[in-house]
Amino acid sequence: MSTTTGERTLGFDEALAAYDPAMGLEVHVELGTATKMFCGCPTEFGAEPNTQVCPVCLGLPGALPVVNAVAVESAIRIGLALNCSIASWCRFARKNYFYPDMPKNFQTSQYDEPIAFDGYLDVELEDGSVHRVEIERAHMEEDTGKSLHVGGSTGRIHGATHSLVDYNRAGIPLIEIVTKPILGTREKAPEVAKAYVSALRDLLKALEVSDVKMEQGSMRCDVNLSLAPSGSGALGTRTETKNVNSLRSVERAVRYEVGRHAAVLSGGGSITQETRHWHEDTGITTSGRVKSDAEDYRYFPEPDLVPVAPSVETVEALRATLPEPPAERRKRLQAEWGYSDLEMRDVLNAGLVDLIGETVAAGASPAAARKWWSGEVARRANTEGEDVPSYAARLGVTPAQVVELEGLVTGGRLNDSMARQAWEGVLDGEGTPTEVADARGLELVQDTGALEAAVDSVIAANPDVAEKIRGGKVQAVGALIGQVMKEMRGQADAATARQIILERLGQG
Amino acid sequence: MADLTRDDVAHLAGLARIDLSEAELDRMVGELGVILESVATVQQAPTDGVEPMSHPMPLVNVTRPDVVRPSLSPDAALAGAPDAEQQRFSVPRILDEE
Amino acid sequence: MTTDLTRATAAELADLLTAGSVSSREVTRALLDRTAAVDGAVHSYLHVDEEGALAAADAVDRRRAAGEGLHALAGVPIAVKDVMATQGLPTTCGSRILEGWVPPYDATLVARLREAGMPILGKTNMDEFAMGSSTEHSAYGPSRNPWDLDRIPGGSGGGSSSVVASFQAPLAIGTDTGGSIRQPAAVTGTVGTKPTYGGVSRYGLVALASSLDQAGPCTRTVLDAALLHEVIGGHDPMDSTSIDAPVPPVVEAARRADVSGMRIGIVKELTGEGFQPGVQARFDEAVQHLVDAGAEVVEVSCPSFSYALAAYYLILPSEASSNLAKFDAMRYGLRVSPDGVDAPSAEQVMAATRDAGFGDEVKRRIILGTYALSSGYYDAYYGSAQKVRRLIADDFTRAFGSADVLVTPTAPTTAFRLGDKLDDPMAMYLNDIATIPANLAGIPGLSLPSGLADEDGLPAGFQVLAPAMADDRLYSVGAALEARLTAAWGGPLLDRAPEMDEVTR
Repeated sequence: MSTTTGERTLGFDEALAAYDPAMGLEVHVELGTATKMFCGCPTEFGAEPNTQVCPVCLGLPGALPVVNAVAVESAIRIGLALNCSIASWCRFARKNYFYPDMPKNFQTSQYDEPIAFDGYLDVELEDGSVHRVEIERAHMEEDTGKSLHVGGSTGRIHGATHSLVDYNRAGIPLIEIVTKPILGTREKAPEVAKAYVSALRDLLKALEVSDVKMEQGSMRCDVNLSLAPSGSGALGTRTETKNVNSLRSVERAVRYEVGRHAAVLSGGGSITQETRHWHEDTGITTSGRVKSDAEDYRYFPEPDLVPVAPSVETVEALRATLPEPPAERRKRLQAEWGYSDLEMRDVLNAGLVDLIGETVAAGASPAAARKWWSGEVARRANTEGEDVPSYAARLGVTPAQVVELEGLVTGGRLNDSMARQAWEGVLDGEGTPTEVADARGLELVQDTGALEAAVDSVIAANPDVAEKIRGGKVQAVGALIGQVMKEMRGQADAATARQIILERLGQG
Repeated sequence: MADLTRDDVAHLAGLARIDLSEAELDRMVGELGVILESVATVQQAPTDGVEPMSHPMPLVNVTRPDVVRPSLSPDAALAGAPDAEQQRFSVPRILDEE
Repeated sequence: MTTDLTRATAAELADLLTAGSVSSREVTRALLDRTAAVDGAVHSYLHVDEEGALAAADAVDRRRAAGEGLHALAGVPIAVKDVMATQGLPTTCGSRILEGWVPPYDATLVARLREAGMPILGKTNMDEFAMGSSTEHSAYGPSRNPWDLDRIPGGSGGGSSSVVASFQAPLAIGTDTGGSIRQPAAVTGTVGTKPTYGGVSRYGLVALASSLDQAGPCTRTVLDAALLHEVIGGHDPMDSTSIDAPVPPVVEAARRADVSGMRIGIVKELTGEGFQPGVQARFDEAVQHLVDAGAEVVEVSCPSFSYALAAYYLILPSEASSNLAKFDAMRYGLRVSPDGVDAPSAEQVMAATRDAGFGDEVKRRIILGTYALSSGYYDAYYGSAQKVRRLIADDFTRAFGSADVLVTPTAPTTAFRLGDKLDDPMAMYLNDIATIPANLAGIPGLSLPSGLADEDGLPAGFQVLAPAMADDRLYSVGAALEARLTAAWGGPLLDRAPEMDEVTR
């Protein structure tokens, strides 16, 4: 099984000419609780192997699970934020299958009684349109351990001689969020998939239930996809592409599977219902295990755990803790800040909403906040491969410094270009905006004598322009201002220069 | 209904990860057939409209606070392992799956 | 001091220890000596912890000498069924697959015994993973009945029943999934209680069937059972199914032994036909004793009990098939490579180990449970069984509307001969016909000796059942009956058991 060469695929447009895609997305989110789902072991990422394990999460004989109260609350809050109904009574179930990274050889999960069901999430696409993704269910379960495959060429499972298992991750609370079939997206299917996962990530972040780090695996996505002949309204055989773990990959995986399915179907073949592996590096999927009757999970109600039956009061109390939905919050902030649609989208794409919010709250104008966080900082962060908030945090650059910088401008000490220099100094680690301005000698010249002398010399050197202005062509003043600023080496206030020129030429 | 074939038993043994020998399979088909015939009588009970009972006591909402408790030391965790390496449980090669 | 410490009850030992007449070391030593003398014949123990028991005895003796306040049973030694996790002591569940496994933690129940200062003598034999009614399914060989070494001591807890019946320990811990405390008690002339489900923590009890298992006392007297019940009972936050309420007043009930005005229900379906005549005769006499003590007898009907055995043998294997999946050679226990396979996969090693490490009965039940849960059969088998379970619980609720307790013979027969039912699983299963309904409904039950059956001179058992959380009623009835029977016999029934040197001859 090669992981570098894909199967034959049709072009995306060609595929869509003949087929309608249907998608189903399953997202697993690791909750950010202090302890595991069913025991008191800590959940910190990156600990030494097998240091966060106990009889319960190791599945030792005799050990019993007890549900983490915060995990249940988080599950209910996620359900509510996804506009779901919350079960008034539900049970855990055992999903039985053997796998070395699963200590009990069953996963404690939920089967036909999920804690949350029948919801939706509205996702906004690039063009501003909104697609409603319906949520089938959100249920609680536990994560598995992690295997290190030894002896194979590339650390992959294939060709390994043995594996080494670390159970630190086993038992970490997971919420699995499953969509209903997403239909009618046509050419927007890849974008809808990506936008859904992105919107879900924002929502979970706002709920503060998970750190939603796809790169660390705390949020993982499986993509189900099928094609049916255009307009048939039917559902084709689906494949499930596992562990598609970045937003970009979600989009690519959908696109790839659409092309692959179309090639198989148009060639007269049929799709095998199977698990596919996504290869981030090559952007293709390869065949995994075939879903057969061997996959009989023998679910039954977990006898070691009692039912979860949240009262109406409990659910409503949790509803009251929900933050403003990210989409609504975005609309509100855009109105408050007076940004254009384009400006708001740029701010969103750059992940600046929270930073700007903090900066405005610290006393900056929304325009200044946007300007200073999206210019040079963004360029530098991008070069470093970081997003602005983490880059700024690493550098120790704060909203208060933006407020200070704006104050220097509105207070008349710096003009715009001086302010840019000061900000660069801040980013270079030279100190606060004031310290940089002091150190670099940035200061508008307040002595009008020097400015008046410069104006006189520029008027003398440009008699034609001066004559035009005297004659009423006031707009020509720009050329003279530029020269005055040049003569002053930038350390003058352009508005004052303009006023003096016009006075000298009888237009004051 | 209670006709369990040798293939059925072999399939179930596979699901249950027990490598039954041919002799064991032969024997178990007969034994299970007798037991199944007997336990299948549950289907004759007047259970229409009866709520299944999974738990003997009607408890609900038993949870614990999200507070860390001491874990085992890695030595204790690995003490019973048939094989260990790099502070991990060493297991034979895993057939292809995720 | 002429008391034979091995024959003293736990209550008597507690008094002697409190009075300072004997030390815990002396008691422990006497019991260990008894084990050295007789356990070769009885085989109650899989593991004896002489060193640990004596160290615990010395510790409690020191504390007593220092004037510390101690638990009533402090210093009284106990044996623990090998299905309970004991830190530092092997825990095999009678199975090859766990041979040599030493848990890194204590079961809650074991921790409570240690906190109470009770030396743990060792781990008792059992049918593999508690599947059986005779201990013949132990991978380490059967235990034997002190009344007749050719007969079974009951199961699965035959090690715990025989250890108290052979005076190797005054107390033992058993577990009861369908009768594994009560049926062994019945056939060895001892006392055993299955508390209300959730009354004793299951944390550290290696699960057979999670919704049926319950640990409880195995003793020689009703009062001893109540005293032990009180030590091990009560809420445990580590067990989600543990009842968050005080232990019912079991010791008080055992001491009062009062049944006046109590309504005793005889279950029509669990008497008469199918019960050995001698067992039935002793049962009828026992009921008359209770009437003489002031109780009133009523007859109740539990029509759904006829489906109980079938429901039980679907629910138990289903849960067991899942509970026993963890024994896979990856993290602990046996690891076996398949013959003739070069570089076997984890999957192959799992399957080979489970074939080599599990005995026939365990494999049979795992396969049966796997079938009952598999897609396409779930509703017909597991689903129907869960509905029958509800019907049985409803039958009990109705019966307890007209009776305060229900009584039955504990087991249909006295102890059968080793090997008699080994090749007939269904015949073996029928031993539990009277004990299973209580496990399905979660209610408590107690078995005490009712006398010796005329036809074979072997002990018969009398079972008392009470509503959930009314465990104290078991002890009221049990103690009242025990007092009258002991008076009628002129001493404890076990005094009539053959001396061990006699039977080992």
